[in-house]
Amino acid sequence: MINQGSKVLLDVKNLKASVDGVEILKGVDLTVHAGEVHAIMGVNGSGKSTFSKVLAGHPDYSVTGGSASFAGKELFALEPEERARAGLFLAFQYPVEIPGVSNSALLRMAYNTLQNERGLEELDPLEFEDLMQEKIKVVEMDPSFLGRSVNEGFSGGEKKRNEILQMAVLEPKLAILDETDSGLDIDALRIVANGVNSLLTPDNAVVMVTHYQRLLNYIVPDYVHVMSGGRIVKTGGKELALELEERGYDWLRAAA
Amino acid sequence: MSTALQNLVNQPYKHGFVTDIETEAVPKGLSEDVIRLISKKKNEPEWLLEFRLSAYRHWLTMEEPSWANVSYPKIDFQDIIYFAQPKSKKQLASMDEVDPELRRTFEKLGVPLHEQKLMTGVAVDVIFDSVSVTTTYKAKLAEVGIIFCSFSEAVHQYPELVRQYLGSVVPSGDNFYAALNSAVFTDGSFCFIPKGTKCPMDLSTYFRINTEGSGQFERTLIIAEEGASVCYLEGCTAPQFDTNQLHAAVVELVALDNADIKYSTVQNWYAGDENGKGGIFNFVTKRGLCKGVNSKISWTQVETGSAITWKYPSCVLLGDNSIGEFYSVALTNHLQQADTGTKMIHVGKNTRSKIISKGISAGRSSNCYRGQVKVGSRATGARNYSQCDSMLIGDRCEASTFPTIDVQNTSATIEHEASTSKIGEDQMFFFAQRGIDSEEAISMIINGFCKDVFVHLPMEFAVEATKLLGLKLEGSVG
Repeated sequence: MINQGSKVLLDVKNLKASVDGVEILKGVDLTVHAGEVHAIMGVNGSGKSTFSKVLAGHPDYSVTGGSASFAGKELFALEPEERARAGLFLAFQYPVEIPGVSNSALLRMAYNTLQNERGLEELDPLEFEDLMQEKIKVVEMDPSFLGRSVNEGFSGGEKKRNEILQMAVLEPKLAILDETDSGLDIDALRIVANGVNSLLTPDNAVVMVTHYQRLLNYIVPDYVHVMSGGRIVKTGGKELALELEERGYDWLRAAA
Repeated sequence: MSTALQNLVNQPYKHGFVTDIETEAVPKGLSEDVIRLISKKKNEPEWLLEFRLSAYRHWLTMEEPSWANVSYPKIDFQDIIYFAQPKSKKQLASMDEVDPELRRTFEKLGVPLHEQKLMTGVAVDVIFDSVSVTTTYKAKLAEVGIIFCSFSEAVHQYPELVRQYLGSVVPSGDNFYAALNSAVFTDGSFCFIPKGTKCPMDLSTYFRINTEGSGQFERTLIIAEEGASVCYLEGCTAPQFDTNQLHAAVVELVALDNADIKYSTVQNWYAGDENGKGGIFNFVTKRGLCKGVNSKISWTQVETGSAITWKYPSCVLLGDNSIGEFYSVALTNHLQQADTGTKMIHVGKNTRSKIISKGISAGRSSNCYRGQVKVGSRATGARNYSQCDSMLIGDRCEASTFPTIDVQNTSATIEHEASTSKIGEDQMFFFAQRGIDSEEAISMIINGFCKDVFVHLPMEFAVEATKLLGLKLEGSVG
């Protein structure tokens, strides 16, 4: 309620999407303004992860109805890489390993692609190295991770931190964190959450998809949405998450 | 798969054109008469004809090898043209006399025959179908005593050298295809680096098969005398035909004391279409002999073409302290099959070998590494390090590894590492989500995967190889 006057970043209306002919999203509405933090909660299979993948343009999912605008653009008219360059970032639930491609090579390629998009100068490897020395502090990562192949041999927690590092470098307008908290021990969770908090500005926004209230103690949401059966069935403030922690999801499923 | 990717998959093979040039060919089929005819056309000395005939007689007693992890219809060896050459009335005195049509062919392939247009510092021998068309920079190399010419020319100009070394590394009866090559080989490159000479430029042979139904059987012989060194490059292309063509080459390298030979190949023979129709059967025997002490032979290969590849560039480490190296990237797509690897035979003391093999399989292809490391009883202190990595792209391809280690000396140290990784839709989506398009993503992945091999390629070749692999793979993901 604090950002009513600010710019609309994402506006999703009655979004329907299916995978292999099975409809998973059955009419999702969500509006995100700059400066807001949203949490989307719900049981397994409620459509939370599907929602984030559909927004990012995963090829397995097809949009069958509704619309979404992102930063003034028709989101579904854009290819996945165009959405990324427009400032949409997805921190993956299961980050993939890319053998043979170093973390810093990937980050520099992604960063320079964005620089081009913004009409700015590309950074050469040395300048980029300087930038990286700053950015890795955000996730308290050892610089040796930069020279290693993307996520190869990383622990679950290291992979998630690596996702946030990418977010720190790319500075997206909207970051969707898909169960970034799953598989994190308490220290890693704190590091990831601190990282995300340090990246929040009045001009960007975060949508967190999560099962647990735990993450929300660290990254405090302005809105909590509950998904069930492919729809957002309830929206509230941060206290809704606590209520869910106490009462579970069943009472909302009944309501849906 | 997205439309953009679809379009990229269907990238045509850009070397698939046929040059309309009059060729002279002997009739299809193989017999002692055909061999005599080839020998006569080439005006060869008696001893060479004998070499051919004895190889042929041996070949008749041999069976086609069936142990490789490849399958193909039986080859009818009587249905192959064993000799085809562009018709040319007289001996060429200079490059300008090369048939303009032929010259255009090579220009189209990016191999200009004019010396002034060549990449600086590379001398090229050009083999079109069965014969060598031209060799550049010959005179300049001759100034430092280096011989670089076609094999036929060497037979006439330097018969003693050829006779001394021909078949000394790959004996005429070594294997089925080597025997066939020994019987019918038509041309190839000959290179001799005299004692103490560092070859001032890279030497290169460019092979082109043009005539439909013809086989290509070239023979390359490189000799580096004591303390000599040379860097040699080989490139290959062929037009697109629906029929399969046989390429059975033999390459022999000899390194004497303290000599160093580096041999690089970028093989892009026509691979057949996406349904596996047509393409080259690439059955090649390449072997280097580290004859002298402290000698070194290094093979680097980037194999991207051919319907079937059967090729094991090997090193026999005879001299004490000699070194053998094998760096390989083999890429298969569609229905290509590759069975490739190396043999490192340690005979001398303190011999060392290193094998880095990177196999990339896409489409419905099959890619197999087959290697042998053998340490003989006298090879005290021998060391080998092998690393075999496979990458699978998509879920319909196949990768296999068949390493053999045979050690007869307890002081030997052998290491073998292997890995398999997979690139699929999820990786490509990850790159897209970070704003990187598929072309760049694939090129990054391939470069990353192959960098341990690419660093051993000469600069221009490395650039070419990277582009070639990217082109071959685009669209195979997703």
